[in-house]
Amino acid sequence: MTRPSDILWPALGALSILLVWQFVVPALGVPAFIVPTPAAVFGKLWTDRALLLANAWPTALEAVLGFLLGNAVAVLLAVLFSYSRPVRAAYFPIVLFLNTIPVLALAPIFILMFGLGLLPKIVIAAVICFFPTLIAMVRGLTLATPNEHELMRVLSASGWETFWRLRAPRSLPMLFTALRIAATGSVIGAIVGEWIGSNAGLGALIIQATFNYQADRLFAAVFIAAAMGLLAFGAVVLAERLGFRRWVR
Amino acid sequence: MTERVEGTAIRCRGLAIGYGAMPVLDSVDLDVPQGGFLTILGPSGCGKSTLLRVVADLLAPLAGEIAVLGGPPEAARARRDIGFVFQDPTLLPWRSVRANIELPLQVGRGRAARPNGLATDDLLALLGLGGLAERMPDQLSGGQRQRVAIARALLSRPRILLMDEPFGALDEITRDRLNDELLALWRRTGTTVVFVTHSIAEAVYLGQQVLVLAAHPGRVLEIVDLRPLKDAEGRCDRDAPEVTAVAAHLRRLLAAGSGGAA
Repeated sequence: MTRPSDILWPALGALSILLVWQFVVPALGVPAFIVPTPAAVFGKLWTDRALLLANAWPTALEAVLGFLLGNAVAVLLAVLFSYSRPVRAAYFPIVLFLNTIPVLALAPIFILMFGLGLLPKIVIAAVICFFPTLIAMVRGLTLATPNEHELMRVLSASGWETFWRLRAPRSLPMLFTALRIAATGSVIGAIVGEWIGSNAGLGALIIQATFNYQADRLFAAVFIAAAMGLLAFGAVVLAERLGFRRWVR
Repeated sequence: MTERVEGTAIRCRGLAIGYGAMPVLDSVDLDVPQGGFLTILGPSGCGKSTLLRVVADLLAPLAGEIAVLGGPPEAARARRDIGFVFQDPTLLPWRSVRANIELPLQVGRGRAARPNGLATDDLLALLGLGGLAERMPDQLSGGQRQRVAIARALLSRPRILLMDEPFGALDEITRDRLNDELLALWRRTGTTVVFVTHSIAEAVYLGQQVLVLAAHPGRVLEIVDLRPLKDAEGRCDRDAPEVTAVAAHLRRLLAAGSGGAA
């Protein structure tokens, strides 16, 4: 149960930080073109709202499509791995190795391969979502206990039935843990992709604002990006609570 | 081979069982009549659960013969003639009591039809689970969970019910009550029951015959006929002198079987 104090204390904490930022940071002589005050940032959020919204839209689209693509491929591959030992033995270590390559290093390669449109950003977001979900699902699909498998065998369940009635539902808690990570990761991936080569999206806006010393606009864009990540995370949690409560506890 | 196969639920001759090449349990000769109640008693590692798994076609025997209802175990399993209750109730936590009991209808041949099956509501009543149908497993007590597992095993009206220490994790009071309920169920349904336990008292109280096993190496010590102790309902007084005498005999047998090492 969430008690009122569980919300009150973090709220007070946030308020105290904002107050220090608003009054102490300028008093220390930090110029507004480097660190604007919260009031200035919130003001910019309002005056620049059309520009921010126009740039938030492509980023959101890339993040959502990347999220869907990356997770879908990860789940399918995990299912394949779980049913074929040779395939898993041959390719899972390679996938784990590829996971160690920094996404930032991969981004230019994808731009080279897929050009400057939406596609490379979607692919980068998908790659970020892919690894945690794959690793979680490969593990999740092994979580059914030996007794549960014996139960299915006593009932002469087919492999397909054992998958749908036992292994897939057993893996859902792991899947949703990974999806929460992927939700925020997809926004990061989209923005990273836009940094490398784009003239639209929050990532592009962040780069432009930085070069033009528009710190208030930069902070406003970062705020929108953070809100987007939080929203994506919240959407996954909501889906989990509303649609999958009985499986994920 | 002049013995009648009819009327025999489970028949083993020279059966060797185990995982890998080394048998856990060797040279088992056993006949369980249809409608009988066999308890299997022995220490950990004697292969009593392994024997149950061979009967249920969860594990292939290493050598020897086994016939379940006159045929291979595989055929009996495929016909849904075997119900299995594990020590862990093995309820799927995302399914309600009702949905857990009805799992057998949704997989295997249960999907097509329900020949002579029992109605879920009758099973709920039979096992004292009325009013709990929509509960989730984590809202049940240990005893209630095991009742649900038994109800699920009985749904297809199996001719043989295999139980692997089903009450091992329960407190003694709950265990005694479930023992009585199981005997009543057995009398009412006419199902053959094979019940694995490491409790001497439980083995004597429930069984019509008890198979006593020793470990290291696993072997059959004795098959004791308990029918002289039992009334028409299959019950006996736990504390009657002749019952405690048999229990004492089994205790000595098990102690001798372990070579005094335990």
